Amino acid sequence: MLETVWFVLWTLLWAVYFLLDGFDLGIGSLMPFLASDEEQKKVMYSASGPFWDGNEVWLIAAGGVTFAAFPKVYAVMFSALYAPLLILLFALILRAASYEFREHIEHASWRAVWDWTHFIVNILACVVLGVFFANLFRGIPFDANGVYFGNLLKLFNIYGIAGGIFFLLIFMMHGAIWLSIKSTGQLKDKAVAAAGVLWVGVACMLLIFLVLTAFYTNIYSNYIRMPWLIILPVLAVIGLLYIPRALNHGKSFLAWASSGLFIVSVTFFGVMGIYPNMLISSMDPAATITAFNGSSTTLTLEIMLVVCLVMVPIVLLYQFWMYRLFSKPVPPSELDEHLY
Amino acid sequence: MDQTVVLLSRLQFASTIFFHFIFVPLTLGLSIIIAWMETRYVLSGDDFWKRQTKFWGRLFLINFTLGVVTGITQEFQFGTNWARYSEYVGDIFGSLLAIEATVAFFLESTFIAVWFFGWNKIGRKLHCLCIWIVAIAGNTSAFWIIMANGFMQHPVGYQINEAQGRAVLSSFTDVVFNGFAWGQFAHTVLAAWALSGFFVLGISAWHLLRKSETDFFHRAFKMVAPYTLILSILVAFSGDQEGVAVAKYQPAKLAAMEAHWRTQDHAPFYLIVWPDPENRRNSVEMIGIPSLLSLLAYHAPSAEVKGLLDFPVNNWPPVTEVFWCFRAMALIGVYLLALSIWATWQRKRPEPSSALLKILVWNIPIPYICIMFGWTVAEMGRQPWIVYDLLRTSDAVSPLPSSNVAISLIAFTLLYTVLGILDIYLLRRSALKGPDPVKTQDPKEA
Repeated sequence: MLETVWFVLWTLLWAVYFLLDGFDLGIGSLMPFLASDEEQKKVMYSASGPFWDGNEVWLIAAGGVTFAAFPKVYAVMFSALYAPLLILLFALILRAASYEFREHIEHASWRAVWDWTHFIVNILACVVLGVFFANLFRGIPFDANGVYFGNLLKLFNIYGIAGGIFFLLIFMMHGAIWLSIKSTGQLKDKAVAAAGVLWVGVACMLLIFLVLTAFYTNIYSNYIRMPWLIILPVLAVIGLLYIPRALNHGKSFLAWASSGLFIVSVTFFGVMGIYPNMLISSMDPAATITAFNGSSTTLTLEIMLVVCLVMVPIVLLYQFWMYRLFSKPVPPSELDEHLY
Repeated sequence: MDQTVVLLSRLQFASTIFFHFIFVPLTLGLSIIIAWMETRYVLSGDDFWKRQTKFWGRLFLINFTLGVVTGITQEFQFGTNWARYSEYVGDIFGSLLAIEATVAFFLESTFIAVWFFGWNKIGRKLHCLCIWIVAIAGNTSAFWIIMANGFMQHPVGYQINEAQGRAVLSSFTDVVFNGFAWGQFAHTVLAAWALSGFFVLGISAWHLLRKSETDFFHRAFKMVAPYTLILSILVAFSGDQEGVAVAKYQPAKLAAMEAHWRTQDHAPFYLIVWPDPENRRNSVEMIGIPSLLSLLAYHAPSAEVKGLLDFPVNNWPPVTEVFWCFRAMALIGVYLLALSIWATWQRKRPEPSSALLKILVWNIPIPYICIMFGWTVAEMGRQPWIVYDLLRTSDAVSPLPSSNVAISLIAFTLLYTVLGILDIYLLRRSALKGPDPVKTQDPKEA
């Protein structure tokens, strides 16, 4: 029971990470497509400027909770998926550096270097996260001792690549919607238009991904076994369908919330689909690590549950306050104060 | 285990944590100094202190960003490179890292943004509260991380589950109230606060030498000099306490720190020593002070201090490295204490001695080096154990091909070198530019 609660909580942390950092990564991935001059670039940087750091902590929390609640999962997952995780890490380090360094020197080529870095590492992070999760759903080759028998290229199988593109499109759409909240005029129009186009891409990729999921994973077996879980894909579809409606009525916040609902539901859809497995071995079913054989002791799970049940709502509360504080578009005259 | 992987993983962990720790101490200490300045602004309403807050705040942020992102490396690395370790102690160690993230790191990362971007969005008092939250959260982070490190140094509150082949939590309060770790925490944060004091003194001294913004930097100097002095004294005091704890719980580390070979009571302390581990002796031992080592280690001149020869060789830490790092740390510590006394004594003079100011400028990197020596003593002195007396470092690495670790080590080295140089360059540039001019606050420099 406790293990199941932790499995759900673990999924929730990842879902919140995607929900929040997803739009930062998406805006960064859209940068050269939407910003046509320095001022628009500044608006795009300032749209995620105050948020990305706090958002990134959800990744650290998700990683830390994997370590605390499921040490065996953490150990095997992180060592087996060594290459993609370090690529993600390098991308996130360079993303932070690009926010910070870009603003300090007013020189066109200096800024161009960091703009390109920013763009490339944001795309890279989106794709790696997608490839990573698709392969988690599918299973990776490792033995009972946690020794991995694959390599980086093998993660870029058809299903992995589909996952990468799917995540990238979702985050770009999510980012475009957030940008429409944080911008005005021409850039806002471009953001709304981009969100519309990306929405079509996301919907197509959703269908493709769901079909591929049937071929490459066992995710649907959980939905046959526990039909009430169907609520997850239903919520995802509701969220997705509501986005264009809200955008057409100029209700950007509602569109963003719908997009958030979609992201959270899709995450739960995938991860609950492999429950109780957490790290599936494609080599040896006996090596598969589950929430039950990979977890910490009851004592640790209980202590950490208290910590999380107290702290996570508090964090959500003050981050919500912070989002409200910075949710308005920044007027051009104050733009420089909203950059590093 | 593949010894190449062990070696490369150790190199990678050491270099990434050193790099991370370039940014951490200033974050811990400068946040407090800034919070104190902003409090003065809120209490007095004097814009002078707002300017101070903004100037040091800008430097804080340049330093902060790289500290944050290089911290993620450390959290990932236990899993990527030390999988056996993570599996073995995750039940205890993992929860400390997770608590750090949920309790402290969220606060710090969220409120630093509110503080930096929120000057015109929230009231003065709330704004000042934000920087206090950042300061407290940062130091709380340090607490949890050092409790985690403390478990590696002096494991408590666990039992061994033979069936699962791992250590499991038996008492959370024992882990959190690990006396050894509290000693380490005190020594670490006090040193970080002192380092920040020297940082502010150094930059102020640079401007005072050039007579730019003299009033601005003289007042910062006057404020921070006594603070640095008090902290330097406390660092020495906490270091002495830690020595006693090391003698008690990690006697082999203490013996290596002092290159002390033969167990004896009334152990003397030699001012000049040259250790010769190959021949298990010191090739030079001069100017001995009778009973001083016993006094330092046990606070009792007659106490018996165990020598390295009484430990099995395979449990020895690397003697030469630990010995020299310890000596260097202690020596620099004494020098820094003297420097802070000088600065405090001169602080009220209209023009502090230019020799002092020059030394303070060149001194900026010295406390960093001192802290690095200290951590090398702590971590290398713990060897060959990753968890003292429980798990050997050589048994703790991930089952990875050595090529993976070699590639990542090269990648880290390149990336960190470039980022480090750029960050220090930007920090220097902002520091030398000085505060924004009064009134016509040019927002471009924010």
